[in-house]
This record gives sequence, C-alpha cells and structure tokens, in this order.
Amino acid sequence: MKNIIVFALLLALVPLAARAQDEGVKLQAANVDVSNTASLQRGAKFFVNYCMGCHSAQYVRYNRVGQDLGLSDPQLESYLMFGGGKVTDTMMSAMPQADAVKWFGVAPPDLSLESRIRGDDWIYTYLKSFYLDPKSATGVNNTVFPRVAMPDVLWELQGTQRAVFTTVRNPDGSSYQVFDHFEQVTPGKMTPAEFDKAARDITSFLAYMGDPVKLTSLTLGLRVIGFLVVFFIIAYLLKREIWKKVH
Amino acid sequence: MSNEEPKLKRDYLDVTGGWLHGLREWIDARFPMSSTWKKHVAEYYAPKNFNFWYFFGSIALLILVNQILTGIFLAMNYQPSAAGAFASVEYIMRDVNWGWLLRYMHSVGASLFFVVVYLHMFRGVMYGSFKKPRELIWILGVLIYVALMAEAFMGYLLPWGQMSYWGANVILSLFGAIPGIGNTIETWIKGDFGVSGITLNRFFALHVVAVPLVILGLVLFHLIALHEVGSNNPDGVEIKKHKDPATGIPLDGIPFHPYYTMKDICGVIVFIAIFSAIIFFAPGMHGLFLEPSNFEPANPLKTPPDIHPLWYFGPYYAILRSIPNKDLGALALLVAIVILFFLPWLDRNPVKSIRYRGPLYRWVLVLFAVTFLVLGYIGMQLATLFWAEIGQRLSELYFLFFVAAWVYSRSRSRVFLVSTFVVVMLIISLLDWMSWVPSIAHLKMWSWLIPFGYCVIFLLWPAAMPRLMQPKPVPERVRTKARHGTQAGVTAE
Repeated sequence: MKNIIVFALLLALVPLAARAQDEGVKLQAANVDVSNTASLQRGAKFFVNYCMGCHSAQYVRYNRVGQDLGLSDPQLESYLMFGGGKVTDTMMSAMPQADAVKWFGVAPPDLSLESRIRGDDWIYTYLKSFYLDPKSATGVNNTVFPRVAMPDVLWELQGTQRAVFTTVRNPDGSSYQVFDHFEQVTPGKMTPAEFDKAARDITSFLAYMGDPVKLTSLTLGLRVIGFLVVFFIIAYLLKREIWKKVH
Repeated sequence: MSNEEPKLKRDYLDVTGGWLHGLREWIDARFPMSSTWKKHVAEYYAPKNFNFWYFFGSIALLILVNQILTGIFLAMNYQPSAAGAFASVEYIMRDVNWGWLLRYMHSVGASLFFVVVYLHMFRGVMYGSFKKPRELIWILGVLIYVALMAEAFMGYLLPWGQMSYWGANVILSLFGAIPGIGNTIETWIKGDFGVSGITLNRFFALHVVAVPLVILGLVLFHLIALHEVGSNNPDGVEIKKHKDPATGIPLDGIPFHPYYTMKDICGVIVFIAIFSAIIFFAPGMHGLFLEPSNFEPANPLKTPPDIHPLWYFGPYYAILRSIPNKDLGALALLVAIVILFFLPWLDRNPVKSIRYRGPLYRWVLVLFAVTFLVLGYIGMQLATLFWAEIGQRLSELYFLFFVAAWVYSRSRSRVFLVSTFVVVMLIISLLDWMSWVPSIAHLKMWSWLIPFGYCVIFLLWPAAMPRLMQPKPVPERVRTKARHGTQAGVTAE
C-alpha cells in the first residue's frame, strides 16, 4: 500500500511539472464561466460586431450557437446575422482573405479554436493590452503580442492607453525595456470595470466556441461518475461475497 | 461424448434451460468453445495473492477494445487528406452526434493506454515477471509496446495540426540518421520529400488497418504464452510447485472466473471513473493529452517555437536530445528501447519479487522509475543548456539501471564491484571529455556528481557492505493476509 501511495504521488507530479511555462508579460486571469449564458450572449454580440468584420469562426454554426445560448432562429437572424444567409451556415467573415493579406500583411486567423491554442487568459489579456504606438502602421501595439498586425478594434469602448516601460540595466552596461503598466490617455464609452466585463464576455464566447461541449459535458460527467459509484458499490459487495471462500 | 462421464456440478448455462445447453453441445461438437473458456477463464488458475498492480493487464485490454471501437466510428467521419483532415476532425467534434465523445474517448484513451502499459511493465519488472519461464511473455509484451508506439505516433499525425505535422517531421527525420541509406529510407516512409498529404494517407492506412492487426495478434500471443506458463505473483513464487495431489490444481491458485473476473470488474469501474473524469472535465489534460498548438492546422511554412512529441514519448525524446550529435542521439534512443528486450538476460537474479530482493535493488528500481518520469518532464521542456545537461545525466542513469540489474544478478566479489565502478565512471568521464564545451564546464562538472553519486551508492557501497545486495529468504508458498504473520514454509535462499 505504501508503495502505491508513493507511486501515485510521483504520477501526480507529472502533469504539474509539465505545465507550460509562458515567458513575457504576465497574463491576467480571465475567470470565464461558460455556464453563464447571459455573458455568452453578450460575448456573441460583441464577437459579431467587433471581431467578425475580419475574423471567421468557420467551424461554428449559427444555429448551434442559438441552441447552446438559448436564442431562437429569428433572434439569431436579427441579432447575430447581419449578412443574411441561413442559420445553418457557419460564421464566416465577409472580408475576402486576399484583401485582408493586402491590407494587413497577413490573413486574420480563424477564431473557432483560438481559445484552445492560446488559452482564455491570453485572449483576455490581449484584448486589454493595446496601447498607442506611433511607430506602428495601425497606430497601436500590444504588450501580449508585440508588433501585431491587428488594429485596436475595441478602442471606442476602452478609450486609448499608453504603455509605461521601465528600463532594466544588464551588468555589462546594456539595457532593455520591461513593460510596467498602462495609463489611460482618452476615456472610452465604457469605464475600465465595464470594459473588463466586456473583454471577459468576448473571452467567454471564444472559450465556448473552442469547445462547445463544455456546456454539457460537466453535468453529463457528474451523472456518469455518479452511476459508476453506485455500480462500484454493488460490484464490490458481490466481489467480497465471492472472495469469502478464499483464504 | 461428454454424456458418458457423470456430471459433478451443475453448469450455470443449464440454469437457463435445456435449449441453450443443447446449443452449447452442438457448438462444442464443432468448435472448442467450452474447452477454450475453461482453459483460459473458468479453469485458468491464477495465484490468489494478486494485488493492485495486477489490474493493469485487463485494463490495457479494455482500452484496446475502446480504441478499436471508437476508432471505427471516427474513421466513418474522418477524411485522410491534407485539405480535409483538420476540418473533418472539427466536423466530428461539432456536427457529428456524440462525435466529441468518441474523439475524446479515443484521444484520452491513447494517453491512458500508455499510463496503463507503463504501470503494467513496471509491475513486471517489480515482481520479476519477465524471468524464466516468462521471458517470451516479456518479449511479446515489449513488442506490443513498440507496436503501440508506432500506432500512437501515426495516429497523432491524423488530426493534421501543427504539432502533428512538425512532430512527425522531427521523428521521421531520425530515419535519416541510418548510415548510408538513411535519406532513401526517410523518403520511402514519407512517400514524399517532406511530410505531406501522401504521408497522411499512408499513416491513416497503417493506423487503422496494419498496426492494429499486429497489436491484436501480439496480444493474443502474449495471453497464450501467459496461460501456458501461468501468472507470476507479488511473491514471485511458482504456484505450480504445490499442487493438490488429487485434482492437480495449484494449492495457491484460484480459478480466474469468477474470482478475478469479479475483482477486475471492480478495478475496471474505478478506472472508467478516472477515464470519464478526464474525458468530461479536462479532455486536453491542460495541454498534456491534447497539445494547444495542435488546434492550429498544419502549416509547412510556419515552424512552431517548440516541437516535442506527446508526453508518453517524452523520456525517449529527452534521451534523443541529450546527445548533441543527431546520429548518436538516434542510436541512444534506439538502444534505450531495444535494451528492454534483453532484460531477462541482464537481470538473472533467481529471486523474482522486489519483496525479497536486497535493499539496493529496491532503491535502484525506484530511482529508475523516478528517472523515467523526470526524463519525461525534460522531454516536454525547451532544450535549454540546463535541461539538456540534466537530460544527459538522467539518460546515463537510465542505462545504468540495466548495468545495476546485471551486477545484482548474484553476489559479487569486491574486486568485481570496484572494477565495474571504475569502468562505468571511466566511460562516463570519457563521454564528457569528448563532448567538452568550455562555456558549460562548471555545469558539466557539477552534474558529473549525479552519475558519480549513483555509482558510489549502487556499486561501491555494496563492496563495503555485501549484505545490501543480499536477498531475503523467499517463502515456499504465496503469502496472503491470513498467512502473513506466520511465515509458514519459509526456506533459506
């Protein structure tokens, strides 16, 4: 028994140790809750208004979003589908990819699986980390994704901000800049707290799109495990009864 | 026929009525159904002292069935082409009814297959199940393990994500390390000059048809060989040595059915509960079972910053990377796997179970398990100077386990132990000297203490205290809870 415990502890260390280490800017916790349908609905609305001008979610169907977020087909058509089409269509951006490459130098990535590639915290922090940078073609830069080609589409909501860097000196006399904090330059339509909430809503919606079954798998999993617990008790009692004869 | 001999006990099939009994007799006259069932299940006598570690064989079989069944349904919806593969996986995840469950059962199942197989193999080493007369069971088992690695590697290309693509590129380039014909073989396997849709197509064929057939055949042989010689047990004593003179049944054996079928069902339920918890709550296992960069479609023009295989290949990947020369690294990787086949002839100690081996062997085996786990961790990290160095030292410890297992085969003289120590340390120091880089001299000298300390403890120490290698007396019969305290029938080794 002692050996088993030691071994189990060693095994438990593996996933802990294998957690990816991220370098660079410290990410803020998104704390998304995909069971919060209202948040997902707001996120969906932000997504079609601010993201889908350029980005698609080519694997996500409107009516699936409707089903999962409690929206009827007419609601989908009036709130989420601005370009017409059928509710069974996937969420494709109207912007031609070839034009996007011409305008931004790179095609905007599909966002269906963005939360699974980058993680929720990355998206949340990224959305909040645009700052004014006159050297950039779009006029903005991002601390999480330096020299990103994407313009700050949420500036109207967030307002504009400036990044304050501190200089760190190496022992050999050279120095480099480290991001310290942001300073608001012009206010947006939203207060910082409201904007945090909006960024969280968008992140929630992206998290939902990355793995739509998250909404149901939690309760289904609890039921399955509940059944297995009952099954185990019965099986174990039977085993004990049968094994009584063995000494 | 069987009517001539008097029936001693009622068969459970008779309970259900006459026609089923008749059907059974009809089949038995044409096919060895009842006799096969008896030989391999109902009258297969297994030692009665199996513990926790003996669950993993049947669980591995369960996962194999899971992989085949879910794989069939996945193949119905998957498109093996560079253009369609990634999208078809997302189609399965989103548009196919319960497709997400099938896919997660398959991907989580693959990782748990390795967890279970590693535990099963560790059990075999711990209780000496690879030793005479079970060498062939072990060899067949290692063959299954190698086939499983091929199966997992090919399966991992199929989602056609970034890590699928680049991981396959790295691993397939290892074939280029074969002297002379390496590049030809690499191109032949890929079917192209780089990993492409052609590679994907053939990997699909191999993954769903060829390798599963090989695995099923090997598993069958593994079981036939096991049932021929009988199972080992945590005490490492042969139950066939003490049989009931009247029936010929081993005194410490119990029929596999109903005893172990029932016990295994309990183990299987616990396993399925853990399996379900991962599938439903954390199918990606925080990037360990499904890597984040594999949710991005394969892009031959964009190399990801860090390429590494999935966790179950981590230890071997760390061994590969621990040697700065690619050809030698590939050789070390090959030797690390091939050496497993030779374990029965390296560790020749007649005492099977770790319960009765000397204290040093116990520690050397625990350290081997730890080394394997830490190597797995290193295989998942960016190859920094520090991790490369530690990886190199732990790779040395990986191979030193097999040296120690060979040394501990019997009691050794002082001269033998000291000279083995000197030879091993000379080889390690020579390797260091050959790969000497002044810029990391400090790190290298510091880390040299790792194999040095290992060899001092496991090779020099027993020269001073021979009893550290001395096995304990092995009981004549298996110990059970009832018989635990009395030590009945203990013989001196």
